[in-house]
Parts: sequence; structure tokens; C-alpha cells
Amino acid sequence: MSGNIAIKVEGISKSYKATKALENINLEIKEGEIFGLIGPDGAGKTSLFRILTTLSIADSGKASVNGRDVVDNYEDIRRTIGYMPGHFALYQDLSVEENLNFYATVFGTTVEENYDTIKEIYSQIEMFKTRRAGALSGGMKQKLALCCALVHKPDVLFLDEPTTGVDAVSRKEFWAMLSRIKKSGVTIMVSTPYMDEASLCDRIALILNGKIIDQGTPEEIRSHYRNRLYSVKGNNMFQILQILSPLSGILSCSSFGCECHVAVDDNGPDEKSLLATLESKGVTGCTVERINASIEDCFIGLS
Amino acid sequence: MKEIFAFISKEFMHIFRDRRTTLIVLVMPVVQIVLFGFAISTEVHNAVVDVLGDMSDPMVQQIVCSIENNEYLEIGKILDNPDQMNERIRKGKAMAALCFENGFDRKLNSEGKASVSIVSDGADPNSAQIVSSYIKGVISSEQLNITTQMTGGGAATMRPNVQLMYNPAMNSSYNFVPGVMGLILMLICSMMTSVSIVREKELGTMELVLVSPVKPFWIILSKLTPYLVLSVINFISVLLLAVFVMDVPINGSITLLSLVALIFVGSSLGLGLLVSVISSTQQTAMLLCGMGLTMPTMMLSGLIFPCESMPVALQIFSDIIPAKWFIIIVKKVMIQGAGLSSIIKELSILTGMMVFLLWFSIKKFKTRLS
Amino acid sequence: MENREKTVIIKHLVKRFGDFTAVNDISFDVHKGEIFGFLGANGAGKTTAIRILCGLSKPTSGEGTVAGYNIRNQQEAIKKHIGYMSQKFSLYPDLKVWENIELFGGIYGLSDKQIAEKTTKMLKALSMEDARDMFVRDMPLGWKQKLAFSISMVHDPQIVFLDEPTGGVDPVTRRNFWKMIYQAASNGVTVFVTTHYMDEAEYCDRVSIMVDGVVEALGSPSQLKERYSANTMDEVFTKIAGRSIREE
Repeated sequence: MSGNIAIKVEGISKSYKATKALENINLEIKEGEIFGLIGPDGAGKTSLFRILTTLSIADSGKASVNGRDVVDNYEDIRRTIGYMPGHFALYQDLSVEENLNFYATVFGTTVEENYDTIKEIYSQIEMFKTRRAGALSGGMKQKLALCCALVHKPDVLFLDEPTTGVDAVSRKEFWAMLSRIKKSGVTIMVSTPYMDEASLCDRIALILNGKIIDQGTPEEIRSHYRNRLYSVKGNNMFQILQILSPLSGILSCSSFGCECHVAVDDNGPDEKSLLATLESKGVTGCTVERINASIEDCFIGLS
Repeated sequence: MKEIFAFISKEFMHIFRDRRTTLIVLVMPVVQIVLFGFAISTEVHNAVVDVLGDMSDPMVQQIVCSIENNEYLEIGKILDNPDQMNERIRKGKAMAALCFENGFDRKLNSEGKASVSIVSDGADPNSAQIVSSYIKGVISSEQLNITTQMTGGGAATMRPNVQLMYNPAMNSSYNFVPGVMGLILMLICSMMTSVSIVREKELGTMELVLVSPVKPFWIILSKLTPYLVLSVINFISVLLLAVFVMDVPINGSITLLSLVALIFVGSSLGLGLLVSVISSTQQTAMLLCGMGLTMPTMMLSGLIFPCESMPVALQIFSDIIPAKWFIIIVKKVMIQGAGLSSIIKELSILTGMMVFLLWFSIKKFKTRLS
Repeated sequence: MENREKTVIIKHLVKRFGDFTAVNDISFDVHKGEIFGFLGANGAGKTTAIRILCGLSKPTSGEGTVAGYNIRNQQEAIKKHIGYMSQKFSLYPDLKVWENIELFGGIYGLSDKQIAEKTTKMLKALSMEDARDMFVRDMPLGWKQKLAFSISMVHDPQIVFLDEPTGGVDPVTRRNFWKMIYQAASNGVTVFVTTHYMDEAEYCDRVSIMVDGVVEALGSPSQLKERYSANTMDEVFTKIAGRSIREE
């Protein structure tokens, strides 16, 4: 991984009427890395993607892709980036093959010329190449859209929520594809609302309400977590939440699968007193364990 | 160049893969012509006209005779009293009645003035108006005969007193072909273009296409081309239908007619593009085209109501509708066989509109989103 | 457990489209007040099954009742007695909060008086009294979802179907939403929920995982984890759904 900067965002702000979509965003994305922009719907992910893909202009601030300014040199940028918008921009009434050929031609190339780039992904859907895109399943649409974004061998790939609404298995497959694409030297900027996908990125930024609340490698972000965190396991999750949430010194109390993560401030209770509180309320058989924060814990801590 | 070709062929796939679109594009012109030509025909055939008056009066006889000879009119009953007349009109047995005053012939000859009134069925104002126009036509031609007979004497006047005064202009049977042609070309070009662009906005494919290195001008051009081609096909089919089915002649030059159509298509494409810039959903685009473009075109271009009988404000407003000028030119060239010199004013207005609309909408077409 | 009232009973349900079998002989029961997680890969037949349960589609064969009504011939009654909320469609953004409540109350045949009572009660429970006159489109996503959930239960249905209710929501709001689900379930409402968040699968009382039109696994999260010797539901899901051979 070279240290060159592929995407640079400096003080970008953008408003739509009264709503501030983005506020003073600063990011640096290195060449050849997978950079994740992680946050819920409406946090400003798509707004930032549109600015970087030259589709929209920021109110203030500067941004560049491959050293080219997104406003002044937008035509150059358009030639070198691949973009997959949030809703799989495919022509539903065209077949798989026709969609791919169309995007290849529009980007001034042919499918044959760059077949190597897309071969691995395309081979998985090639057997359906005469089927219309509208009749594909979610996972296949996703693959086709990725092929369409890759067909002109872009240097930088922008993927806006490629895994939204896709099942857990297809999501895993998709991330495996991304790491293979990354090996060919493509810089990938990807947004997602799924916190568990953060660990699959080289570096991430957490975005909420138009602001970057933290950025760095997943490990760095987890090390930024300042509070003590306990995992409480028990049989009745709802009851545990109800007992622990109102206690003083407890910052948040969130269910994580079959565990309950309890964030505690410096003066808050420790393992023993948590357990004692639960037992005093008649909840027995619980275990309490101090744990390190996950990205989702960090997000909850920061929001 | 290959990009453009890919774009255009994709556009045709969209049109032909959606059976409804194909149907609208290719069948609509035929249906409209047939609808306007036969079903919504403004002509009245064999309208029954009753007569109330003294049949021994020679002038009355003469008029009744010529009404009978008229291909559109037919004499029903000779009546004695107004009650009978009302009854027959109410029951729909007669479309109109002609009431002559007593001593019609004598008055006409001695005083040079006689009155006759036309009573028609107001429940069907359109037909009533047409029938009374026919009858008036017959009477005034009679009047002309009399006037020439009575050379030297004062001109004889029969005052037909029409009880239902509506739009006096009688729609000619040739009226609707130019009108429908204008309507169809405008619908295809503006509605289809705008909807197809807005659909891509909705789908999100417009984002991807805009991000591509293809210049926005070429995107626009490739969006417009298919509808231009379809317009040409429709123009030809409407002309063929007009000549071979509707018996409407093409008296002027076909080249000139085609040129005019091309200019009109250009302005409609510009309008469509403009609508696509303004609207963000297909619904908005449809409504804008339907209510904002088609309705005014139908109402104000002279297709249904003659521009001359509109209030001044609407007449001025109708001047900014390209279809109005197109229809005027087509009528002149196609029906009257006029040449370039007599349509120069309308043609320059239409060309100006096309240049402005195309220039303005291409300028406004966003190379970015919002 | 076995003696509890059953809100959903499904026996040998099959749905074919031409020669494609979307749902292939599935059977299960859901108890009153249970949170039932309905999982499956895209194209596994989940949506088809839910459409049948909601009275929107007739099964090719098989029997079943939802809220006590037969899925074959009492579809209209089913629609009246269930609640439905999906992430994609739930509220009208161009209507105000109270207008949305009134609309859906009206759709489900509530009287004006009942609607007025419901509106006050619901807004109070959501602490949205001040948002009464707000347009839904101006609300934060998390609020919208809570409101949509409450509105889907405006007619006090016995069962509510939630189709990916938490997609794209931030972690805090997502958990608050689940608190509401627990609340509803503890009041005796049966909750039938689909999700792509595997941690949410752990919150369900029982989970079914569909693969290629068949219910491949059914049980409480802890049972399933034990059976597939996995630590999380995510692993269970990957083990089961990863075996899928069918691409819709």
C-alpha cells in the first residue's frame, strides 16, 4: 500500500434548504485502501458520495480525487472513477448482458477489453446473461451493478450502500469480492449502515447527522473508546436492560445479540456490583465480563 | 460516436420492450385520427328539420325545397302549431325547426324584409349549432338568388333569427387532421421524452450516465433522437391516413410540410426536455405534459375551438403555443396549397420558438444532480 | 408452552409460480405474544410466505390460520386483524403526524372518537406530543419508524408483521425500536419480524431460517446455536443459508 492520497476532502459542507447534510467534513483516503463510511440512513453518506463523484457541488470546502479537483476537473474525474449508486442503477428492462455492454460503451470501452477485471464476478451471473435485470434477485443485482461500475477499469471505486437490504450471506460474499478487487490496486470508498462491516475496511469514518464523529483504522477507533464496558449475559435480556438502564453511572445499556453491553463511567458500578444489583432484583444465572469495545459500541458512545 | 449509438439503441429497447409504450407510440395516431374522424365527427348527416309555416307560400316552398336538396339536411314534418314543434324537438324526432312568419313571400317582395326563425335542440349544443349553420347557409344562398332576381330593386333580406347563438364558425371537415397531427407530434415528443429522462432520474441510472465521460450534450441528443424518429413515422402515418382514409388532400408541397413538421417536432422536443428538467418524478412529468401542454394545445390551438372566438387574453396566450402556429401552417399548406411565401410569418415564429426552446432547455439541463 | 394460544398455524404451505416452487411445504406455529424471527437469504421465499400470511396471496396448497382466520378463504378478515409495517412503505411523508394516524385509523374502521383517543395515547407513549403537526417527511428516521410501528397497531391487531423494520437505522435507534417490540409482545401482541441484522435474530423468542423455499431450521436462538455448534446467530445463518443452491 503506497502512502499516496487518492481522495482528499477538506472542509466540505452542504445544505439542502434548512437541513445541513454535511458539516465541515475532512477526510484523506489513501491509494489502494478500502475506506468505509459508516453511519445510518440520512447521516449524509450519499451527499458526500455525490460531491466526490462530481454529481453535486458542495456549498463550501474542497475535494479532490486522484489529485483532480471535483469541481474544476470534473470531466477528468468522471473518466477514472467507478460509481455504484445506492439503489443498483440498472435498466430493469434490459438484460444482464445489455446493461453491461451499455455501461462499457458509455465509458468508452468494451466488455471484451476489460473482461479480466470483471471476470471473477461476472462469471457468477453469466449464466443469466439474457435475463432482464428487473428479474434478478437482490444478490445478483448487486453483482451486476458492481460489474457495471468496474467495466472500465476505474482507479477509484465509489460504492454507496452496496449491501443494504442484502442478506447476511450475500453480504459476506460481497466483501470477499471487494478485497479481491482491492488487490488489483483499486481504491475503494464504500458506505454502509451495517456496523459489523467496519472491521472489513482498512480505515473507516463514522458519520452521524452530517458530521464525522471519528475516523481511523477500526483498531484505532476501538482504542479511542474511553469508558468501561461490560458484557452481561442472562436469560431475560429485556429484564436485564430494564434493571440496569436507570442505574446511576451507567451511560448506555444496549443489547448486542444475546449479550447486553453496559457502558459505565469512571464512577459507575463494576462487575460485582452489576451482578449484585441483578441478583437483588431476582435475576439470577447472569455472567458479567469486562470487554473491549466494538465499532458499534463506539458509535453508541459517540452518538 | 459508438457511445451515442449504444445510447440510442438502448432507448429504442426501452420503447419496444414495454408493450404499453409501443402501443401508445404506434397505435395512438391511428386511434386519434379515427376518433376525430368518425366518432367525434363534428359533421351532422341527415338532420331532420321540421317546418312551421304556410306551405302554399311560394318562397317558403322554395326554401323547403332547397333544404331537402341539401345533403346534410332532411325535411321532417310540416307542422301547424308551435306545440307540436316543441314536442318533436324534445323527443329528439327533429334536430331543428324552421318557423316562417305569415305572408313570408309577400313581405319579402313588398317590404324587402321577412323573418324566419330557426329553433334547434339546445340539449346538444354542438349539433344544434352545426344544423343551424347549415340551415342559415341554405337561406342565405336563397337570399342571394332573390337579390339577383330583383335587380334594380332594393336588396331583399331574410333575417334568419337563430335562437341558439353559439360559435358561428362551422368546423370544416378538414380541420381535425392538422390539429391531430400537431397533438400527436407534441405528445410523442414532449411527453415521451420527458418521461424517459425522468424515469432514469428516478431509477438512479441518470447518476451513472452523468458520471460517465459522455458529454451531456450527447446524452441529450441520444435521448431526443428516438422520439424524433418516431415522430417521423407518425407524421407519415397520419398523412397516409388523412389522404387515403379521410380523403383530405395534400394540396401544397410535401417537402415544405415535412420541413414545418420537423421544426415543430424540434420545439416539442425542447418542451419535453424542459419538463424533464423541472420534474423529479414521472408523475409530475406526465401531469405537466398532460395538463400543461396537451390541454392548452387542444383547447387553445384552434383544434377544437377557433382562436378567433376566444377572449382576447386567451388569444394572446394562444400565441405562445407552438401547436397553434403549426396547425395554421399545415392548414394553409395542406388544404389551401399555400407556398412558402404565404406562411413566412408563421414559419418564422415557429422556428424562433424551436431555437429558443432547444437552446434554453439544453442550457438548463443539469450536468449534475440538484 | 404447548398450551398457549396460537396466533399463526401453518400446515404444509406450498406456493408455486409456474414450475417454480417459491414456498415448498412449510409448517410452523406462532404463539400469542411471541417474537418470531423469520429469516432467510434473498430469494429464499420469505416474501412470498409473508404475502400469504398477510392475506395478499393464496397458497397453491396447504392450510393455515392467521389470527384465527383461514388463509384460503378469509383473506379480507385477516387483513383487518393484522398490522403490517415495512421499511419501504409505511407512512405518507406529505401528511402530518396526526393525519397519518387518522388515515390509518380510518382505513381500519375506527370511529372518530376512537381515533382521537388513540392519537392522544399514541403521541403520549411516543413522547411526540409536540410533533403532532409535523410533516412525516421532516421527522428523523428513528421517529418515523417508531411512529410507523405504533400506527401499524392502531387497530389493536393480534399479530403484527414487521418487514425489515430497522434497515439503515443508527444503532441507538435500532435498540430503542426493539424495546418497543418487546413492549408490544409483553402486551400479548404476536410479532412476526424479518431482518438482515443477525444480532436482532438473537432478540427473538424463536427463529425460523428459510433456504430455497423450505424452513431449514426452527427453534429458539440458543437451541439453534447449540444444534449448529455456533457462537452467534450470524454463524448459524451462514452455516444454513450458505448451503443455498438456488438463485431465485
